[in-house]
Amino acid sequence: MQGNEACVEAAIYAGIRFFAGYPITPSTEIAEGLATRMPQEGGMFIQMEDEIASIFAVIGASWTGNKAMTATSGPGFSLMQEGIGYAAMTETPLVIVDVMRGGPSTGLPTMPGQGDIMQAKYGSHGDYPTIALAASSVQDMFDLTIRAFNLTESYRVPVILLSDAAIGHMRSMFQVPPKVEVIDRMVRTDKVWHDGFAYDESLVPKFPVFGTGSRVHVTGLSHDIAGYPSTEFEVHEELVHRLHDKVQKHRREIIAIDVHRPGSKKMIVTYGSPVLAASEVLRKHPEVGLVDLKTIWPFPEDALMAAMQGAREVLVVEMNLGQVFHEMQCLERASGIEIRSLSKVGGMVVTPEEIEHALKEIR
Amino acid sequence: MTTEFFDLFREDRWPHMFCPGCGIGTVMNCFHRAFAEVGMDQDRTVFVSGIGCSSRIIGYIRADSIHTAHGRALAVATGIKLANPDLNVIVFSGDGDIGAIGGNHFINAARRNVDMSVFCINNFIYGMTGGQVSTTTPYRSYSTTTPYGNREYPFDLSELAVAAGANFVARWTVRNVRELTASMLKAMTKKGFSFVEIASPCPTSFGRRNRMADPRQMFEWLKIVSVQREKSKAWGLDQLDLNLGGQITIGEFVERNRAPFGIIA
Repeated sequence: MQGNEACVEAAIYAGIRFFAGYPITPSTEIAEGLATRMPQEGGMFIQMEDEIASIFAVIGASWTGNKAMTATSGPGFSLMQEGIGYAAMTETPLVIVDVMRGGPSTGLPTMPGQGDIMQAKYGSHGDYPTIALAASSVQDMFDLTIRAFNLTESYRVPVILLSDAAIGHMRSMFQVPPKVEVIDRMVRTDKVWHDGFAYDESLVPKFPVFGTGSRVHVTGLSHDIAGYPSTEFEVHEELVHRLHDKVQKHRREIIAIDVHRPGSKKMIVTYGSPVLAASEVLRKHPEVGLVDLKTIWPFPEDALMAAMQGAREVLVVEMNLGQVFHEMQCLERASGIEIRSLSKVGGMVVTPEEIEHALKEIR
Repeated sequence: MTTEFFDLFREDRWPHMFCPGCGIGTVMNCFHRAFAEVGMDQDRTVFVSGIGCSSRIIGYIRADSIHTAHGRALAVATGIKLANPDLNVIVFSGDGDIGAIGGNHFINAARRNVDMSVFCINNFIYGMTGGQVSTTTPYRSYSTTTPYGNREYPFDLSELAVAAGANFVARWTVRNVRELTASMLKAMTKKGFSFVEIASPCPTSFGRRNRMADPRQMFEWLKIVSVQREKSKAWGLDQLDLNLGGQITIGEFVERNRAPFGIIA
């Protein structure tokens, strides 16, 4: 099955009830697949007039208590930023699949890129949290789609599944685990006229579903725990800090990275389709280790520091001009380990030879 | 039931933020009457809005309500209605949301004919940001961004809704409280996309720059320029005419029964 098709089936396993999207290469198969599958599963599919409408329709659907998702690629992901900021501010659970292509702008519609890493965290205005996962196989497209739904339902943070044209269109076998763990959001059924956004030590408010008598008010304006707009300094400060802290507080549950041969002198750090080439390199070179960043945001500094323990040099491989490398440079300062970048743009996948060549320069 | 004013509105949010002479209070009153009469379950009704003065109405309504981003109310409303067709969906919006930043959502929502009622308060200006030209500002009128007079022709939002395929379209001014209440009631009863446009005074941001700073002058203006559909100059041309010929045609313009989206005919 294709990576995009695996994503469709995973969404059904996760309990998706609503999909809104707009056609864009190389993510279109996800919309096409769900257009067929959603009615079969009693869910709703709609093709909206643009990506802005798509993400906002998903936001509306989510407030009815239904699991909702959209899928897009770079140019559409840019249009969705307004909605992502709104979803973060209003704590609306939703999943966005971004099958990355070469950018900027219309760029390389049919070819892979990884230029949306920073956009997945900093694309909308203001300080807000997101969770971003990165798929490096068809199996990941299945597993991480389910994980994306579970994370957004658990923490009420928009979750972005980053894939790329190579993974989305790659065909391979994958396994459906015998038991798929599915998490549903914690809902409130009492009347919540005055504290719709009240939270406990988890920092995640329970979700008041539209139509169940909550009479909750939702706004993108700075709001108090009643959901009412407020321009009070304390209210805004508390809200922005809590939105940030609720992701940081649950880092341990959110962050999951794959580490092969930890403690190797030479470590490759990569994600998405370059993981395929890096795995080839590992087969030939037993002295090389690999970190596959299946979680990109929040950035897994602690897990990376542990994985790089004992390494002399680290090579960051990615299909952009060094976006994860930029984050890794902070770790270089903290760890003293030399961190180098193999960055490739142009729409061609990274080859094992290119990685080997770059590693040779490492002593 | 919602017979008392504060059964429908949030008393703890009073007093409201609207300026003296604003037409929104009249719209809220008319809506209160229509909503009480139509007998919708307040717990099964979701109110949706975008950004602007008119969008603040839903923050005062004691029901599930979502104040979305600028122009996006109809996209959110579409998601709500399709994800849970048992809910009633009511949208309050303005000419900025509907005619400009959310124009594409507007014509596509009307085309799609999703079952919802949209109440658009057209005050001919961007009120909340202090009086900039809107897509419905009359030709030659003054605003902070048309200091030499507006040289763009205004949109006729009702005409757009009719052309795009809405099931029910009406336009009144805030002077026509009986007719407006009746059309609001009809919009909420009607299946499919219903659109009621309300021409409303904004003495603060529109009136002051167009020799109508006194709310009474704005009401007088609405009285002079509004023409019943049957008496409209544009009637013969089959146009609704918002201010292109110097008049606002008022009345109910279309009532049809295309099957709403999501319901198989």
